[in-house]
Amino acid sequence: MNFKLTEEQELLRKTVRDFAENEIGPKAAEMDEKEDYDWSLWDKMAEMGLTGIVFPEKYGGAGMDYISYALATEELARVDASSSVVIAAHTSLCSWPIYAFGNEEQKQRFLVPLAEGKKLGALGLTEPSAGSDAGAVKLSAVPDGNDYILNGTKTFITNGGKGDIYVVVVSTDKAKKHRGTAAFVVEKDTPGFTFGKKEHKLGIRASYTYELIFENCRVPKENMLGSDGEGFKIAMATLDGGRISIAAQAVGIAQGAYEQALAYSKIREQFGRPISANQGIQWMLADMHTRIEAARLLTLHSAYLRDAGQSHTKESAMAKLYAAECSMWVTVKAVQIFGGYGYSREYPVERMMRDAKITEIYEGTSEVQRIVIANNILR
Amino acid sequence: MKIVALVKQTFDSEAKIALEGGKINRQGISLIMNPYDEYAVEEALKLKEKHGGEVTVVTVGPDEATEAVRQALAMGADQSILVNPGTEDIDEYTTAKILAKAVSGLEYDLIIGGFRAIDDGSAQVAGRVAEILNLPVVNMVTKLEVDGGKAIATSDIEGGSAVMEVPLPAVITAQKGLNEPRYPSMKGIMQAKKKPLKKIGLSDLGLDASQVAAKVKVLSYSLPPARAAGKIIPGEPAEAAAALAKALREEAKII
Repeated sequence: MNFKLTEEQELLRKTVRDFAENEIGPKAAEMDEKEDYDWSLWDKMAEMGLTGIVFPEKYGGAGMDYISYALATEELARVDASSSVVIAAHTSLCSWPIYAFGNEEQKQRFLVPLAEGKKLGALGLTEPSAGSDAGAVKLSAVPDGNDYILNGTKTFITNGGKGDIYVVVVSTDKAKKHRGTAAFVVEKDTPGFTFGKKEHKLGIRASYTYELIFENCRVPKENMLGSDGEGFKIAMATLDGGRISIAAQAVGIAQGAYEQALAYSKIREQFGRPISANQGIQWMLADMHTRIEAARLLTLHSAYLRDAGQSHTKESAMAKLYAAECSMWVTVKAVQIFGGYGYSREYPVERMMRDAKITEIYEGTSEVQRIVIANNILR
Repeated sequence: MKIVALVKQTFDSEAKIALEGGKINRQGISLIMNPYDEYAVEEALKLKEKHGGEVTVVTVGPDEATEAVRQALAMGADQSILVNPGTEDIDEYTTAKILAKAVSGLEYDLIIGGFRAIDDGSAQVAGRVAEILNLPVVNMVTKLEVDGGKAIATSDIEGGSAVMEVPLPAVITAQKGLNEPRYPSMKGIMQAKKKPLKKIGLSDLGLDASQVAAKVKVLSYSLPPARAAGKIIPGEPAEAAAALAKALREEAKII
């Protein structure tokens, strides 16, 4: 066992923490309020190489491991969950399936500009009637010469609207259900591909969430990742990795709220002494700290397994489940410690509490994580 | 051009300093590269990007100062030397003597460091290094241009600034405003571990402890008194302003 980060991982953590605190922190509340992202931050993250942490240098990435990716995601989320969502959806959900399932030509064409941060990526998986049941996608792709014609809609798509490159999971043969699915890379501005409404959300409000609409959208066959029939498989493999970044994001949100609450408890005086002198507050802080550490260890362990090339479906699900529930619990406690001020938008903990909720929902709800875990331990 | 950047690892500027047994308690204090040295490293990298060449980072400190050196390498410096003096009892004389000796073994056109470190704030070391190496020095530089064997440096002086010219090699010390230090990039962090980091001791430089023994001895440390609570003057703006002026004159006695 070795619980020590490498020198590079420590330096990465410190670098991303400095960057997040100095560059993103001052903008987080305003971006949330305006429900808009300041894309100059994206350019800065691209310059630092945060847009392609886990991909090899030959594909424009930094060639770092998943532990580094988890650390970076945590540090971003500690200050601003929306920024970590932008990076996580771009990296895990769009760039990664192209890296893992794309051919060399597709990697050069799509992955390189994604990893370099010249393009922003998104995944189109969820549909109005296919959320947790991802195999039930209806968006149809019908072959026509060397192309496929796409028709249907995708909903709740993170980085939608702003994204340049979309991995879209489609149905090529409804009778075969999830075995009749495929994944295509579709670029923004492809004729027949438009955006529907922008979602107004409870949390992660700075990140864009859009509906994708495909109306007789012609996509060349060469844009298919892997082969016909593999769409569901690609989506599931993508979510295995994605869960690590959502777990890290949940840990980061919780850590940020905990630190705020800890500092506040020491300066807020009631009845002539800091509220941290009360055992009721002390126990809350102790529990928050303990749960965050447990969530972090689960997260880094699943990242470690991925780096070691081992199966981590169950571990990623456990990390995501526990970290998300920890994040929700910790942020609610943080608001409680702040009292009335916690409920006010003058302090960041209410934003963190709103941001935390999504981690229990997207990339597999907590209920779906429990199904994944149960399937693994009962088989 | 060949540039040497002098860096020091210091306490984090946000660290809470506590004394224990008359000494600074280093437990749990996070360490950073001295922010003024970050300006120096950034300027060295910018000069390298403009004129070509290489940047060598030199530091005197314990092994844990590796972190500060790695950061400079991740920012883009090419190689580094860490001299561990083997004792914590060092002063500016010790540090400058060691740095000068280490630098004298290198080729250089320019030596650049922060004008002071944020911990002891003595602002002596770079000047002493220049003296030992018999080089000109320009302090507190906010703008630097290098051209054809000379440097034109804008230096902070009391109440204004002065533009100075020095022949190279020279020692320049960085003041806030010189530049905006870059964050290490992810690729830079990965590359940093492949770059040379030479860890040496005094004997490797042909020095022995007696030659560099500190001449200044710290007798005691004390913390500044805690700041008294502020005072809020309530009321309508006009009344409050009058009350404030009265308090400044009669209570604080500053006007």
